[in-house]
Amino acid sequence: MWTFIHKMGSPPWFFRFSGVVVQWLLPITIGLLLVGAAWGLLVAPPDFRQGNSYRIIYIHVPAAVVALAGYYVMAFAGAVSLIWRIKMADVTMRAAAPVGAVLTAVALITGAIWGKPTWGTWWVWDARITSMLILLFLYLGVVALFEAYENKTAAARACAVLSLVGTVNIPIIYKSVDWWYSLHQPASIKFTGESAIDSSMLYPLLLMIAAFYCLFALTVLLNMRAELVWNHREANWLQQLVRKV
Amino acid sequence: MSADIPLLSLREAFSRQFRRHFKALMGSPADMANPLLFFFMVVTLFPLGLGPDPERLSAMAPGLLWVVALLSSLMVSSKLFGSDYEDGSLEQLAIAPYPLSILVMGEVAAHWLATGFLLAAVSPLFGIMLGLPAAGLGVLFYSLVLGTICLTLIGAIGSALTVSIRRGGLLMSLLIIPLNVPVLIFGTTAVSEAVIGGNPQTWLTLLGGLAMGSLALVPLAISAALRVSLDN
Repeated sequence: MWTFIHKMGSPPWFFRFSGVVVQWLLPITIGLLLVGAAWGLLVAPPDFRQGNSYRIIYIHVPAAVVALAGYYVMAFAGAVSLIWRIKMADVTMRAAAPVGAVLTAVALITGAIWGKPTWGTWWVWDARITSMLILLFLYLGVVALFEAYENKTAAARACAVLSLVGTVNIPIIYKSVDWWYSLHQPASIKFTGESAIDSSMLYPLLLMIAAFYCLFALTVLLNMRAELVWNHREANWLQQLVRKV
Repeated sequence: MSADIPLLSLREAFSRQFRRHFKALMGSPADMANPLLFFFMVVTLFPLGLGPDPERLSAMAPGLLWVVALLSSLMVSSKLFGSDYEDGSLEQLAIAPYPLSILVMGEVAAHWLATGFLLAAVSPLFGIMLGLPAAGLGVLFYSLVLGTICLTLIGAIGSALTVSIRRGGLLMSLLIIPLNVPVLIFGTTAVSEAVIGGNPQTWLTLLGGLAMGSLALVPLAISAALRVSLDN
């Protein structure tokens, strides 16, 4: 176990390992996305009140769920980078931030599109929407801070501090639904007790959430590999690898 | 080499830092007056922009006052570590044989007393000008005392992270405003509750909890951020 973690910290080893992972993850992600989307958009029954417009849930909810989880990934990588000074953790954090920002933006935009037919308005200053907006700012802050530093090692550590501080905000995002009464309905999926959403709609949703997790992992890995190639463009191991191909 | 110079106790080190910074602030009254003046100017802008209707103003007063307090705190915190960074005293603090978090807390405490607390102390005056009902004035003061502790501490993180960056001011507002959101929500809700005769204690307690939590944790973040900035 420990040797595995130590190996993960070595760029050449990680590059080869992630290459294998990507090979498997890419078809799995595409497959899950296709099946989930087809099931959710074509097979699942229309909602008795919202008709077909509810189907945007199959993009909206997975994007929001993974955007939140992505912040944890980023903050955890930041903590690892601060404590053990592992270069790969820096790269992970750097790679996760823009992906998380895009997912948050997707969740906000699909939410607005869904809000128009359902609530009759594009935007409501409701607790959960506002927290997602704040999450977007937190992501953008990390990206902007990284860009502003000249020394990229220092930049990664500054972002690690910022993302750990921002983690304080995540529980508030989850709690916000309880704290403020709002237009937004409380969470429908409950792992304990009965779901408020019918299983014919729930299964494709869970599938899409799994697909988005895979998509997140895939894009972060690809992002990391691109960064590794750039950082080690002069290194021997990479040039050998390129010559082999 | 320095064996014959006795180490100060932590408390002494803290209070020397506090006094040094407090004296520097007292030496430039304009720097202390600026955020208050900013507060005053913006309070003047609201009736001009929203219309002079007293009922409407007093209904919006808790939120308006808190937002302006947040902005003026943001404005002053952006320069918190600037002069220390430029004249090199920050590097001296970083290699001093005391925890950097304790030393900078001396500075942050002086900064809070000269800006945050002062702002809270004069805020009832601006509350009266915006027609905030008398029931809300006391709570406005208490909420701002607790709230500016959080705002100053969080602002210090932002200042520490951006001190080595040219034109870090704008970046700092992007980093800091999202983190200040809970403080703003608790603060305005406390004042609004007091105005409608509700229960502001709940929200003041939350605000106090937030302040105590930040007092415990934020110094670590500030010193980590300062060390990063010194490496840049």
